[in-house]
Amino acid sequence: MQAAFLIPLLPLAGFAVLAAFGRKLGNPLAGYFATFMVFASFVVTAIVFADLFQQVHRSYTQTWFTWLPADHLRVTAGVLVDPLSMTMAAFVTGVSTLIHLYSIGYMEHDEQFPKFFLYLNLFVSAMLFLVLASNFLETFLGWEGVGVCSYFLIAFWFDRPSAASAGKKAMIYNRIGDAGFLLAMFLIFEKTGSLEYQTVFSRLGHVGSGSLVAIALLLFLGACGKSAQIPLFPWLADAMEGPTPVSALIHAATMVTAGVYLMCRISPILHLAPEAAHVVAIVGAATAFLGATIACGQNDIKKILAYSTISQLGYMFLAAGVGAYVAAIFLMLTHAFYKALLFLGAGSVIHAMGDEQDTKTMGALARFMPITSITFLVAWLAIGGMPPLSGFWSKGDVLQNAWALSPALWAVGALTAILTAYYIGRGYMLVFAGKARWEEAGVPGDGRAHTASALARRAGGRRDAGPSNPNAPAETGHQGEGHGAPLSPHDPSWLMTLPLVVLAIASIFAGFINLPFHPQWVLLERWLSPVVGKVLLVPHFGVAASWAFAVADAVFAAVGVTLSVLLWRSAVSRPAIEPVFLQRAWFIDWTYDRLLARGSARLAEFTYEDVETKVVDGAVNGLAAFVRRSGQVLRRVQTGYVRNYALGLLAGLVVILAYVLSRAFA
Amino acid sequence: MTSSFPYLTVLVLVPSGAALVAALVPAYAKRLVQVVGWVGTFGSLGLACAVLAVFKSGTPGFQLVSTYRWIPTFGISWSLGVDGISLFLVLMTAVLFPIALAAGGGRSGDKSFVAWLLVLEAGCLGSFLSLDLLLFFLFFELTLVPVYFIIAGWGHERRGYAATKFFLYTLGASAFLLVGILSVVAIHAEQTGVTTFDVTKLAETHLSGTAAIVLFLAFTAAFAVKAPIFPFHTWSPDAYRESPATGAVVLAGVMAKLGTDGIIRFDLELFPHAVVVLAPLLLTLGVVGIIYGGVVAAIQRDLKRLIAYSSLAHIGFIVIGLFALTGEAVSGAVLQMVNHGIYTAALFLLVAMIYRRSGSFSTADLSGLQKKAPVLAALFTVTMLASIGVPGLNGFVGEFLILSGTFITHRWWAVVATAGVVVAAVYLLWAYQQVFHGKPTAALAGFKEITWREAAYMAPLVAAIVFLGVYPAPLLNRITPSVDQLVAHVEQVAHPVIPTPGQPTHVHVVVSASGGEGGAG
Repeated sequence: MQAAFLIPLLPLAGFAVLAAFGRKLGNPLAGYFATFMVFASFVVTAIVFADLFQQVHRSYTQTWFTWLPADHLRVTAGVLVDPLSMTMAAFVTGVSTLIHLYSIGYMEHDEQFPKFFLYLNLFVSAMLFLVLASNFLETFLGWEGVGVCSYFLIAFWFDRPSAASAGKKAMIYNRIGDAGFLLAMFLIFEKTGSLEYQTVFSRLGHVGSGSLVAIALLLFLGACGKSAQIPLFPWLADAMEGPTPVSALIHAATMVTAGVYLMCRISPILHLAPEAAHVVAIVGAATAFLGATIACGQNDIKKILAYSTISQLGYMFLAAGVGAYVAAIFLMLTHAFYKALLFLGAGSVIHAMGDEQDTKTMGALARFMPITSITFLVAWLAIGGMPPLSGFWSKGDVLQNAWALSPALWAVGALTAILTAYYIGRGYMLVFAGKARWEEAGVPGDGRAHTASALARRAGGRRDAGPSNPNAPAETGHQGEGHGAPLSPHDPSWLMTLPLVVLAIASIFAGFINLPFHPQWVLLERWLSPVVGKVLLVPHFGVAASWAFAVADAVFAAVGVTLSVLLWRSAVSRPAIEPVFLQRAWFIDWTYDRLLARGSARLAEFTYEDVETKVVDGAVNGLAAFVRRSGQVLRRVQTGYVRNYALGLLAGLVVILAYVLSRAFA
Repeated sequence: MTSSFPYLTVLVLVPSGAALVAALVPAYAKRLVQVVGWVGTFGSLGLACAVLAVFKSGTPGFQLVSTYRWIPTFGISWSLGVDGISLFLVLMTAVLFPIALAAGGGRSGDKSFVAWLLVLEAGCLGSFLSLDLLLFFLFFELTLVPVYFIIAGWGHERRGYAATKFFLYTLGASAFLLVGILSVVAIHAEQTGVTTFDVTKLAETHLSGTAAIVLFLAFTAAFAVKAPIFPFHTWSPDAYRESPATGAVVLAGVMAKLGTDGIIRFDLELFPHAVVVLAPLLLTLGVVGIIYGGVVAAIQRDLKRLIAYSSLAHIGFIVIGLFALTGEAVSGAVLQMVNHGIYTAALFLLVAMIYRRSGSFSTADLSGLQKKAPVLAALFTVTMLASIGVPGLNGFVGEFLILSGTFITHRWWAVVATAGVVVAAVYLLWAYQQVFHGKPTAALAGFKEITWREAAYMAPLVAAIVFLGVYPAPLLNRITPSVDQLVAHVEQVAHPVIPTPGQPTHVHVVVSASGGEGGAG
């Protein structure tokens, strides 16, 4: 299909148009336009997808032009169409369209409305370049592109210092990972003489195993930055400073899934570097567990979801690390649906509560927001792994494959599964069940919940949910009735509920694209296996074993769900299971800040004030002083004015040049 | 191969002639001075474009050579030529000077300002084009004078100190260059009996190891100060800081490239042995410059000084590219010279716009400007991202080629330099946050959006930043043949070990990798 090139270029064109005419289009036209461009990209993707499905040889490259021709290095710009890239493109454009639509409602009162959609379109375009690239460098273009867009969008409300800092933090963490990606590319180029995927993979036989491990680990470092894995995860929690649809976009459709995609794309390398693959699996399992524990201690609804994403991404890396690339993509797909749903639902709740994000101040919203409540419930059961919802199938696939490599990895994954069903359940109970704590005017449920950040928010320090401008409550329209005034929460308009319903349906049924019961039913695996190979490192289980795993998974989900209902149906605070170290995310961010941020600030201070000023420049000034002093004798001859030297030099040069010219042309 | 029309001679003579006219026009005729300034700078730009059009792509040697014999006794000639390496430096110079003049605002009617600027343009163009060592030296030195007067005459508070420091520092280093030039010529004369300043002929001189190293150091001293390369950079933060916008644009954008161009043109051509022997030293200085410049930039509270130190870091990339001696790295370094000129000029222009409105370069006085001037902020963002090295913008392509080429011959230098990529993000994003994020203070209430005039001279730079990031092939197709010829010359004379990417080498470097234990179950 010739149209494949349009997939990334349509949103890019949307960006260009909005950059030029965004303010003219204004609100809401700019939003509809941006949504349309992404939707058009989705349609093109669907057409190309369908066409690819009918091909026998399902992989081709469209080359546009040579991007970097220099000596041995030739990098092209183009798109690679194969089952993996098209699967990614389909869910990126699909979920992004829904998030765009939702944003039209969510951002309707924001004064930077057109700019928001301009960034969104660029973000989607960068993500599509990333997944459709035919070489490492073009993937890196999209890779950095989503990093830059996340910087713009997280710092969207830039007059808020915390948002500006969070944007910067995201970009810097990403850059650290990107350095790994760069080094990997240098090594790949040195060893294979190319950066094109097909060429590189065909030459892996000549590359030493040490180099392969190094390449895989360096790329994994890049993936850790982008996908918020240990040790580069703290930026994702701070990224909550962005408007909520941005969180949905970052967490579900774009950006963080890039790392998992990269691991699947380089499956031929990981296959030849099993040591590196094991590192990926272990780090993934550890991150899954760590993220889940932290999520159990969070009160901010978006932070619960942020750490949940970190944890779920850990699962995906665990799958990729054990060679179950199809399971990784399967989980990525289903996760995209239910995590987007969770974030958009959270956005509705935040709107309804007048910019409040602290779950401890909410409660009983199920009565007031039925659509939000039911869709959120669906997402909870899906992410928790309740059969027959999508998460049950995808997570089960991951866990089963983890067992095949190591029961220890499986055990960590299983424990994390229980925690997952529990922490989302806790959040659900605090928000939608129990007493309506927000009705006790201005005084949240209990003293503990009334944190400093909530106070600041109420003072108007935060501006999430554009409508609730504290200075102009009259403008707030149908929701967020300002602060101090009694709240009357309800479901938002169709622009925002339609995406919720669509995502809820997808969250329920998406699991059916890869059912394990019959070889004919594993559609996703049959579709992707030409790219990523069959499950590479582990054997398949028999039917009996598969049933045993399935029952176990259902039990884990049930345990987590039951625990959360029992513990949080009516309680608001249980200090014993919300310890400080979980609230503070194991103090990891705090430690980085102490050691790295402050340490490097000290280093910079020392370098400038001591080395630069006293030594490097000091030597120059010292030499000048020395010359001045020892030149006392010549003082009478020299006037001491540089100006005169300069003029003298000029006069001399002019005379010489004039002479040159006169002789030259004579 | 003398062309029918002496494009290059005319290219140098147009700004010189315009400078002379500007000097002769009466001071009160401001309108006329302006016209002379525009005719001089745009005339050069037109000629540079003509040179680009006439230039034959894919040819390594010098083209449009324009030689006039003079003093045959000493073998000195007025000899100019352009190859793929100098072509885009010349074009960049011709683009930046009219922009620098426009950025001077009301000064474009001040006759001495315009005259000095035109002299400077002639000097820079002459330096890039000279094929005769003495001619090069004259042009190279000629540039000092106008810069001194531009800083001292139209600079900021500490202009006197900065101008003097700049002048004496660079003049001192040039003394080494003059001695070096005369020595090379003398040695060549001794060997062949022919006295000549022609670079291509001097390249055939046989130099003993020690002589080559001493002469290399003499030449490089002058170039290292001009570029500047760590630790010879301390004149530059002062000079950039105290210059008017015009001066900073030309100093960082064009004049810094006289140093790096000198390295590629003369060091690599004349002293291949010394280059190979001393490459580790220069690579180390380059890498130290990258990290050191980045770290020191991170603590600057003055935007101009911050850009000055960031420039030190970016010049470091060019230096390692030149001494890595792979085709990719050297081509990348040449490309980076052009790209650095464009985005650094744009950064200085934007900072000058901020200064014009707020009266300050200090991050402490600035905040929330994105609210007041979103278009200015957007232009700053694009330029900043180019400087950080985000792919799709022009800063990335050169840096990537440099690093991937350097990795092949000097792996660990490239690894450390890659860390500089992270540092660049830290200080520029920090500065952006201070200046553009947050809420504007009361003092900035009247801060105005970018004017049409300012947008007009920013537009070509931002367009170039995007275009060269997406489609650098037209440049690389012209740069690479000349670079390959030069690298082949170095290889032929000095036999450095340069592995071919993708070919198994004799030396097997095994990268040890940790991990893997405990994974198998």
